[in-house]
Amino acid sequence: MNFPILSSLILLPTIGAIFLFFIKEKDGNNTTIKYVALFTTVVNFLISMYLWIAFDQSSSSFQFIEDRIWIEGFINYKVGVDGISILFIILTTFITPLCIISVNNSVKNRLRDFLIAILIMESFMIGVFCALDLVVFYLFFEAGLIPMFLIIGIWGGARRVYSAFKFFLYTLLGSVLMLVAIISIYWITGTTDVVQLYEIGIDVKYQNLLWLAFFSSFAVKTPMWPVHTWLPDAHVEAPTAGSVLLAAILLKMAGYGFIRFSLGLFPVASEVFTPLIYTLSVVAIIFTSLIALMQEDMKKLIAYSSVAHMGFVTLGIFTLQQQGIEGSIIQMISHGLVSAALFLTVGVVYDRMHSRLITTYGGLVSVIPKYSILFMLFALASLGLPGTSGFIGEFLILMGAFKDNFLVAVIASIGVILGAAYMLWLYKRVVFGKLINEDLKKILDLNRSEYFILSCLAAPILFFGFYPDPLINTIEVSVTDLINMHNTNIASK
Amino acid sequence: MENLNLILPEIFISLSIMFLLILGVFKNDSSKITFNLSLFAILITAIITINETFSVSRETLFNESVVIDHMSSLMKIITLIGGFLVLVISSTYLKTFKIFNIEYPVLILSSILGMMVMISSNDLIIFYMGLELQSLALYVLATYNRDQIKSSEAGLKYFVLSALSSGLLLYGCSLIYGFSGSTNFDIISNQLNSKEYVLTFGIVFILVGLAFKISAVPFHMWAPDVYEGSPTTVTLFFTIVPKIAALTVFIRFLYVPFLNLIDQWQMIIVFLSIASMIFGAVAAIGQTNIKRLIAYSSISHIGYTLAGLATVSNEGIQSSIIYISIYVVMNLALFSSLLMLRRKDQYYEDIDDLSGLSKNHPLLSLCLLLILFSLAGIPPLAGFFAKFYVFKAVLEQSMYFLAIVGLLSTVIAAFYYLRIIKIMYFDEEKDKYDTEHSLWLKFSLTVSTILILVYFIFPSQLIEVVSRINII
Repeated sequence: MNFPILSSLILLPTIGAIFLFFIKEKDGNNTTIKYVALFTTVVNFLISMYLWIAFDQSSSSFQFIEDRIWIEGFINYKVGVDGISILFIILTTFITPLCIISVNNSVKNRLRDFLIAILIMESFMIGVFCALDLVVFYLFFEAGLIPMFLIIGIWGGARRVYSAFKFFLYTLLGSVLMLVAIISIYWITGTTDVVQLYEIGIDVKYQNLLWLAFFSSFAVKTPMWPVHTWLPDAHVEAPTAGSVLLAAILLKMAGYGFIRFSLGLFPVASEVFTPLIYTLSVVAIIFTSLIALMQEDMKKLIAYSSVAHMGFVTLGIFTLQQQGIEGSIIQMISHGLVSAALFLTVGVVYDRMHSRLITTYGGLVSVIPKYSILFMLFALASLGLPGTSGFIGEFLILMGAFKDNFLVAVIASIGVILGAAYMLWLYKRVVFGKLINEDLKKILDLNRSEYFILSCLAAPILFFGFYPDPLINTIEVSVTDLINMHNTNIASK
Repeated sequence: MENLNLILPEIFISLSIMFLLILGVFKNDSSKITFNLSLFAILITAIITINETFSVSRETLFNESVVIDHMSSLMKIITLIGGFLVLVISSTYLKTFKIFNIEYPVLILSSILGMMVMISSNDLIIFYMGLELQSLALYVLATYNRDQIKSSEAGLKYFVLSALSSGLLLYGCSLIYGFSGSTNFDIISNQLNSKEYVLTFGIVFILVGLAFKISAVPFHMWAPDVYEGSPTTVTLFFTIVPKIAALTVFIRFLYVPFLNLIDQWQMIIVFLSIASMIFGAVAAIGQTNIKRLIAYSSISHIGYTLAGLATVSNEGIQSSIIYISIYVVMNLALFSSLLMLRRKDQYYEDIDDLSGLSKNHPLLSLCLLLILFSLAGIPPLAGFFAKFYVFKAVLEQSMYFLAIVGLLSTVIAAFYYLRIIKIMYFDEEKDKYDTEHSLWLKFSLTVSTILILVYFIFPSQLIEVVSRINII
């Protein structure tokens, strides 16, 4: 494979952004700008689909590897994918075009700058999932802060400045310790190449501290309780497209990081700290579900539900069982689709009514039925109804958890019930009941582009709910290999 | 016969200074031609430096009191380029304040000469001579806008405090001379050993003097006032050019005469570094004037450079030099954009004046955005790599505390850089600024911003040049 397919995936959105930079923004008519952005991201999606087709599912080693000298004798620019990362790349390239279509309604001013920010963001996110060198990973991981800060700060809601700062500083604070750890790894082992590090392994006496440094970064990004407080703020204030990117993809960077780096590089420390992760995950699941129950603001409710769902993900990863990890990955993909869809559904009514408060709504089913049906589908997917992708993930995670720790699994199962409670209650209050608010009578149902976006999201949710094999086949060999590697490492030390 | 070619740059620049002074005496209204000629002189000096000394690995002159090596030639070139760019973008500003006189370029040239002497010095006396030459020129430059009280105050403050620090430095030098019997660095290095405790005083005095020159905490008090009061172009000069020379001298002092006394000075440098990083970051938060803010930010950047020096390794020295080079580029870009905040004949230097800049001046604010994120050390911009190399060197020596404190203070520092970005991008707009700027100003802003932006594509080149510097 000589064609640098991964680099072109990373670079293409940036090239699109540079191209956009030179198109002049006209008042009122921005179709050219939008089509350029859309075209770029759709091409990127097609390339990533090709990547999936060309990907050899029977091999657990990294594929499409590109390895170039970047800083002489120190860092190589190395990218590659295995079964785990390829799904996240596809998720990214799938969600971004939908975001771009959705800006039609939500972003009014400085559309060109917004699209540039989104495209640059896409480049960085794909980079995170491809990177096979710790420094390259860190570079992409941190660089994503810049566009996201601007997206929240420029196009956000009333408290956007506070939220943007909180988002930026929290994440930066978490990440700097990871940088210390990465450089330390270089001095301990002499390389930052992930593939080599998997082979060499890191001395046990360093693992605990290094694990904690990585954890500090990923815990903030996931976000895990108690450092999750930036997420509701950021979500609520970000424009719809920003919330979608944040929930669907940015949060997954941390989950991916846990699997790729925490498990892969520090097997012994991962065993040591499993109780910590279990505790934090279970607290997150129960605690944030309860908080979500009490929310008045729809976006905030969904944001807290994200924290709870990510609690399931971290729980699943550290069960260190085949089912648990596979479940976590599927849960992440599914949550990427479902939370994106939920934020978009909230965005739809917000664009019309300019209110995110649950009390504004009620009785929507009688005026906008199409909307109500799709909203129901997404709410059910979020609570993990069988037949939706949400079920597969949660089920596998709980199965893994029962194998490993009965008590944790039981408590987490209670979280599933709470999840159903807040989602259904939200749905009931927004969609059913009497139509009290007079303004709602004039509300319009989904227009064509909204209908298109939401259907695009509904299709894979249902498809993978009934037939998850394509996902599981892709990740299976890689996960098995990861667990085998983990077990041999533990056994030898 | 000594090989005078090696100091040809210094000879040439001194001759140019004299020539320009004579020209100023005999020709009426010669400010413009002096200005252009001095630019030309700096350029030629830079070319001579590259030609004559760039490939010299180590040569000494005049009884080993002057040394030409890779470090000195590289630092001289950075100084000259920095000086050239500062001078070239000052003209509009000086004309606005009607201080476009022949003294300005001549003073800049003399301080550059002083710095070049400092950079090459291998002897206490030569070093002190160069230091005083550059300082005297800088005092005058600080007061250069003599009709403004603030400028005069800045110059006076700088003069008094700087004279005090020079006194301490000189006292330290005399103590060192008393113990070693020589002013030559190499001889001192052989004579000194750590058993003589009074010697520590000498080292401390010298370090205090030098720390003052680079404005490291706790000897930074002059910096905010002087930076604020001086004319903006002079502030730009202060923030970049003297720091390069002072850093070189710092490196030479620590690693040539005092190399055997590492135990005595390493803790001091670590302390200076940590204090500067934290204080610079915290104190900048409350500032409303951009120049004061830059003063504090430059204090914290000096902290990072010192962190590299504290490591006692060639990698550390190289990382400090890389840091200062990238810092020069970033500061040049920052000031270039600051000099563009002009409406008619009025320059603006409050942070609030940037409010909503992105709506009226999208390109300028995009440049500032990149510069500020780079100063905050966010990848993939150049500022990140500067910090990255420093912490790589620091962690090689397992100095975890220094690394963690340094990185945490970058988070604090990020806050005030973000605040400026917030004001530019999130706040309501004000009136438009002039869009007519001199070509050189646009040039320096564009080139330095592009360098910051694309540095990550070619990081190896700078390392290659710097990696030839092996002091230990």
